[in-house]
Amino acid sequence: MVLLTRKIEFSASHRYDNPNLSPEENRRVFGKCNNAHGHGHNYTLEITVAGEPNPVTGMVLDLKDLKDLLEREIMQRMDHRNLNVEVPELAGKIPTCENIALVIWNLLEPKIPTGRLHRVRLYESADLFADCYRAAASNGSAPAAKAGN
Amino acid sequence: MRDEIKIAMGRRYRFAASHRLHNAKLSDAQNREVYGKCNNPHGHGHNYVMEVLVSGPVDPVTGMIANLADLDAFVEKQVLSDYDHKSFNEDVAVFRNTVPTTEHLCMDIFQRLKAFPQAKLERVRVEETGNNSFEYAGEHTEEMKS
Repeated sequence: MVLLTRKIEFSASHRYDNPNLSPEENRRVFGKCNNAHGHGHNYTLEITVAGEPNPVTGMVLDLKDLKDLLEREIMQRMDHRNLNVEVPELAGKIPTCENIALVIWNLLEPKIPTGRLHRVRLYESADLFADCYRAAASNGSAPAAKAGN
Repeated sequence: MRDEIKIAMGRRYRFAASHRLHNAKLSDAQNREVYGKCNNPHGHGHNYVMEVLVSGPVDPVTGMIANLADLDAFVEKQVLSDYDHKSFNEDVAVFRNTVPTTEHLCMDIFQRLKAFPQAKLERVRVEETGNNSFEYAGEHTEEMKS
């Protein structure tokens, strides 16, 4: 098995606010991420696909196909957008790195043309990222999130 | 059946510290041969970058695996307050009798952080320089060797 990773960058704004919490609770839980007018990041997204190189082309998948898929599914949906109000898949969710990574996993996983989606890593800044990946073995011992949440 | 998808959160921290790689069980000549310039008697230092990976279910109320403020405070108390701007050999008790290689730092950091209450510690990764990094996921239970 070979892993192939492609990186893209997008810029977006967001705000952490749970309508079921009071304004004071929101400020306490989310701190400056609760700022009423939002804020933004330059996100870096790393998409890793696992597979065997095709014997004819030597490729796990055609990078152009992956580039087009990321442009269509991620860039057009999220780049220079407000994640709270312009991305339907995040409606009703707090647009944390964790939740955005899960949404990206669910958007891409069924559409990878060859090979298999192995990991989604989303950096909100150089010092904070979320990883979404297939659990290695289903031994039930580790906490996990269902992709369909 | 649908695959189970894990979600984890990674956070990077920085600390600066000095060390000397020297094993008292080896002769001076052997130490010089094994550790090279890292055996300099007066020590040297690095700007370390420490990456902590924790996993767990995403809390539907907060959208988070764990609150970053809680993780930051725990890492500060357990690791950074003891490591940053210190000499590992002189100031950090566990390294008085253990060679403070970055492999051993990873293992010690894992021990210090594994009790984080809000999420499961998956892995610790430490960059000694931009070109050297080490990872420990806690699968080995053996004690650190000096």
